[in-house]
Amino acid sequence: MTENLNYIPQFDASKGLEFGLYTLGDHLADPHTGTLISPQQRLQNIKKMAVLAEQAGLDTFIVGESHQDHFVTQAHAIVLAAIAEATKTITLSSGATIISTSDPVRVFENFSTIDLLSNGRIELVAGRASRVGLFELLGYDLADYEELFEEKFDLLLKLNQQETITWEGKFRKPLRNAHILPRPLNKQLPIWRAVGGGPGSAVRAGRAGVPMYMAHLAGAAQSFKYTIDAYRQSANDAGFDGDHLPIATAGLFYVADTTQEALREYYQHVNAGLVLTNGQGFPKQAFAQAPDKRSILNVGSPQQVIEKILYQHELFGHQRYIAQLDFGGVPFDKIMKNIELIGNEILPAVKKYTAK
Amino acid sequence: MKITLLSGSVVGTKTQTTMTIIQKKIQEQYPETSVTLLDLKQLTLQFSDGRNYLDYTDDTRFVTTTLMDSDIILIGSPTFQASIPGTLKNVFDLLPQSAFENKVVGLVMTAGSAKHFLVAEMHLKPIIHYMKGNLVANYVFIEERDFHQATIVNDDVLLRLDKLIEDAIVLTKAYKQVWAEQEASYDF
Repeated sequence: MTENLNYIPQFDASKGLEFGLYTLGDHLADPHTGTLISPQQRLQNIKKMAVLAEQAGLDTFIVGESHQDHFVTQAHAIVLAAIAEATKTITLSSGATIISTSDPVRVFENFSTIDLLSNGRIELVAGRASRVGLFELLGYDLADYEELFEEKFDLLLKLNQQETITWEGKFRKPLRNAHILPRPLNKQLPIWRAVGGGPGSAVRAGRAGVPMYMAHLAGAAQSFKYTIDAYRQSANDAGFDGDHLPIATAGLFYVADTTQEALREYYQHVNAGLVLTNGQGFPKQAFAQAPDKRSILNVGSPQQVIEKILYQHELFGHQRYIAQLDFGGVPFDKIMKNIELIGNEILPAVKKYTAK
Repeated sequence: MKITLLSGSVVGTKTQTTMTIIQKKIQEQYPETSVTLLDLKQLTLQFSDGRNYLDYTDDTRFVTTTLMDSDIILIGSPTFQASIPGTLKNVFDLLPQSAFENKVVGLVMTAGSAKHFLVAEMHLKPIIHYMKGNLVANYVFIEERDFHQATIVNDDVLLRLDKLIEDAIVLTKAYKQVWAEQEASYDF
């Protein structure tokens, strides 16, 4: 067995599956009404959403970094710091921090500062970016997409492990006996690797013995099992205890009193939102499969979504699920209603049936 | 209805000549449609590097967004080294996997001779199918001898081009109606 130097977040199995919310910080008009709130309002709403999530008993709140049009959380660490001040108990995390186009030293400094200010509540999920406009914006070459990530992510993990570091790489000036401060409350930050798409990135996460965040947009839940198996297998192959490394999953979520109501309300947000942020909408036919337990889309009535989340938990054996329920200009009263339904109906059932 | 004509070669004249003739036919026979000719000979495209199609710039972005925004795409391809040219394959590589979903795609092949007449069947159609395009069943194959001084001199070819255009438009109208009914049936 290889010693795992990474800090592995601990999950109490007796409390069941952890449940969180995540926002990518998109800033889009509500397609039902055409209303586009101001960027200031959107940022305030994100903060309010975190406060409500905490009040409803959710475990985690996550904010992503995006540097393209139609987004407001470019400075996601600052948003997380503001949320840390407004909350007391909920775990906070980035999701994802694009480490490829940042200086890992700065990222570590920012996040361990938030960790101290929030009494040890911050986690960090590092990703490679799905849209790549930020490479030019921040002065990087897209040709180095993979190499940049691997080098900087590796450095970030080392900064977490070693207070004083000597390091040399290709994309950053060397560090010689550099003292990396401040140190987080629990000595290290929980650092995860964001994985989307194929199993390639999952295999690398496994090989490094790093916990994995797996994003899922659409399709059969079962097809994501391959990514999870590849992750655990590669971790085991590298000598880590792959069967016990934590896994979190992240995907679209929306509940309303009835399934049809949920589909009717959320579809336009997802479709119009994806057209603007990704250049292609969400096929209605695929969305219509959401009520099927086997579809990964957690959209429907609370009872249906409970069944889906439990089914996914059975398949994946993951420790945390995070829901994206604000995508595409969902109005705040609907966000509130969703959080309320999660807190009152979904969370108690999910916890009850997943607690061991 | 937005029709895009993609002339897939940067060398030679046969494909370009054919696509220009198609453009003229559509403008004359279907003035209610809007037709754009993307002639790779006139555009400077970068190689695909896997980024989202919206993240390209200049001519490359113009090509990707025009194609993505089309109802009908008619692709003209020459025959190079027993296959389609790399320039055309690069255009496919610039687009998302399901780029041709809910679009009708028609094909025109040009070639020096009939030696490689199965290139459309063996190389081009599998790509269009994979990218979820709805193909017009018949394509038009045009040989060197059908051209003379930058025009097509074979009446049979010209009539088949008329049929290809008409079929693409009729199919698109039919598909649109079917898709609209299908979408309405979901009731959300």
